[in-house]
Amino acid sequence: MNELVDTRRRVIVGASAALAAVGFPALIRAQSDVIRIGHLTPRTGFLGPLGEYAVQAADMAVAELNAAGGVNGRKIELLKEDSVNPQTASTKAERMIERDKVACIIGEISSASCLTISQVAERTRTLFINTGGNSDELRGKGCKKFMFHIESQNSMYVKTCGRSLMAQGLVKGKTWFSLTADYAFGHDLLRVSKRFMAANGGNFSADKLVPTDVTDFSPLLLEIRSAKPDLVISNLAGNQITNFLKQYSEFGLNFPVAGFGFDTALAWAAGPTNFLGTWPVVWHHMIDTPASKKFVADFTKIYGRPPENQAWGDYNAIKLTAQAMIETKSTESIKLVEHFEKGAKFGLMKTREGYFRKSDHQMMHEMYTVQALPAAEAKNKYDIFRSSAPVPAANESLEVIATTAEENECKMA
Amino acid sequence: MLNGLLAGSYYLLIALGLSLIFSLGGIVNLAHGAFYAIGAYLAVSIGSSLGFTGAVLLSPIVVGLLGVVVERLLFRRFYKADPSLSLLLTFGLAMVAEQALRMIYGAPPLSWSIPPELRGQVFIGDFVYPRYRLLILAVAVTCVAALWFLLQRTPFGRVVRAGVQNPDMVGALGISLEPYMGAIAFLGIGLAGLAGVMLAPIFAIHPAMGAEIITSAFVVVVIGGLGSFWGVVLAALVVGVTKGVVTAAGYPQYSEAAIYLLMLLVLLLRPRGLFGERILRFE
Repeated sequence: MNELVDTRRRVIVGASAALAAVGFPALIRAQSDVIRIGHLTPRTGFLGPLGEYAVQAADMAVAELNAAGGVNGRKIELLKEDSVNPQTASTKAERMIERDKVACIIGEISSASCLTISQVAERTRTLFINTGGNSDELRGKGCKKFMFHIESQNSMYVKTCGRSLMAQGLVKGKTWFSLTADYAFGHDLLRVSKRFMAANGGNFSADKLVPTDVTDFSPLLLEIRSAKPDLVISNLAGNQITNFLKQYSEFGLNFPVAGFGFDTALAWAAGPTNFLGTWPVVWHHMIDTPASKKFVADFTKIYGRPPENQAWGDYNAIKLTAQAMIETKSTESIKLVEHFEKGAKFGLMKTREGYFRKSDHQMMHEMYTVQALPAAEAKNKYDIFRSSAPVPAANESLEVIATTAEENECKMA
Repeated sequence: MLNGLLAGSYYLLIALGLSLIFSLGGIVNLAHGAFYAIGAYLAVSIGSSLGFTGAVLLSPIVVGLLGVVVERLLFRRFYKADPSLSLLLTFGLAMVAEQALRMIYGAPPLSWSIPPELRGQVFIGDFVYPRYRLLILAVAVTCVAALWFLLQRTPFGRVVRAGVQNPDMVGALGISLEPYMGAIAFLGIGLAGLAGVMLAPIFAIHPAMGAEIITSAFVVVVIGGLGSFWGVVLAALVVGVTKGVVTAAGYPQYSEAAIYLLMLLVLLLRPRGLFGERILRFE
């Protein structure tokens, strides 16, 4: 009898142990052994091409952190998903936070998806670092205590590129013809660029909204030709930029071109014979700092091509989150948020360190404008532009290119 | 307006093949756009060693042969099945193809440009047009003419047209449609490949480029009417002009919506499309 009870007990103990092993391993491990980070970014659709750089750079950052012994003695585990569209993005963010217990969510390129993810992040009080959504609205009306932005806001892009356009005499008293991507990002950017023009004495001869799935720009190009603007402005996004550049050069138009939203990969896809104009970037592969050079060399060694600005964003977001976790000895979102808000400084591979501005959680850092080289001067298919010095200049505050207190509508809860 | 007519020629190349395969086999080929993308990617691969001409000549043939293989292994099993099954099949095939391109070539778009000898513009009064687009137009017109001749003036075309109307009767007359189906798959899918090569220098080459163009091509086929050769040709031009006119009127943001509205109107007034023939087995 005793023996029987004993056996039964053993069966029950064994069974519950087995259950524990089968049913809850993720939970137990998540809390003790590894730090999970959720990575969401579009991998398909018109932003998909950039998403691949984001994912590769995030993988690389995590591999480097783990090779160096992890964070606070714990390894990092990266959960990666295609965010697809704003609805799917928020569903996946929710699942990562509630089921997989991620410490934070990093990533995104689409401003529309950033908005839905930030709502989930705020509700669950989980840190979200936006690495690619540019809309001012995310830092303005839509700002959230738990959302931070390593990607620059539209105002920073416009003011950075605007400086270079003013130096070229393309603003005051000039007329612009703009093409704008017809979704959240584009609308926001158009608003910001109109504000810039109004403040600096220029006009728009036309501003056209272009659906994200339009591939043929010929009717618009013919219209630009007859409008004879002083400058053609691209507020386009993703593959639209490549299509536009290829066809602009095909039609042989010779009005100067500039853009306020840009990704290096899209210029590479257009090719040295088609790429032209003046464009702002948060980072590019020819920046002359030791950290940037090492990043470019390491990335190229693994993936066979240089990284572009989206890779910079996701790589640095993960690295600075890890740094904050080490500095606070914590993975709790609220502790990280407080640490960021206190103005913690981060390397970012540039000449000056950056920090998140407390008022809207925007990363304050240097930007650059790039100018397309004539096809004959391009040394290879990647080095097809020359870069400006960092903007703002070394003797200026990093905040001069960001939204001013009056322009910013952020009221953090 | 004129630009719209010319723009219609891009849809034409893709829609013709789509219509051919549907008319004869009853397969709604959702993977047609994927073959267009494969055509563009192959052009970049082939073009790097054999140049633009080599790419234009070779890539459509390779894509066409791929089409024959797909027809033999997959489509053939679904001619008599419920159309929703072939819809699922080709939808799956499109996803596999897109992901395969992503795995082989990577997600960032590839760069490929118009060869220098074809660059430049033609000026007609105040109207300017790139020489390269005129070349695309010429290729499209040649394809339409050749296909028309093949279908209307050759014994091959007679069998295909009979097969569209009544495959059982063709069988009863002792003619096997199988080799014809293979040939049609080669032509139809090869045309998608050709469109891919021709458009690669002016559009972004990325894995989802097929999905981008397939919806417009479907709209063209539906507006034109199934089984109707000239219907598809006319519909391609009408769709091109509609987009062009809406954009020129200052509303580029509605240009995509406009073609769906057009499709709705055509379907309300002529449920079989502009020139759709009454095909018993599809009723």
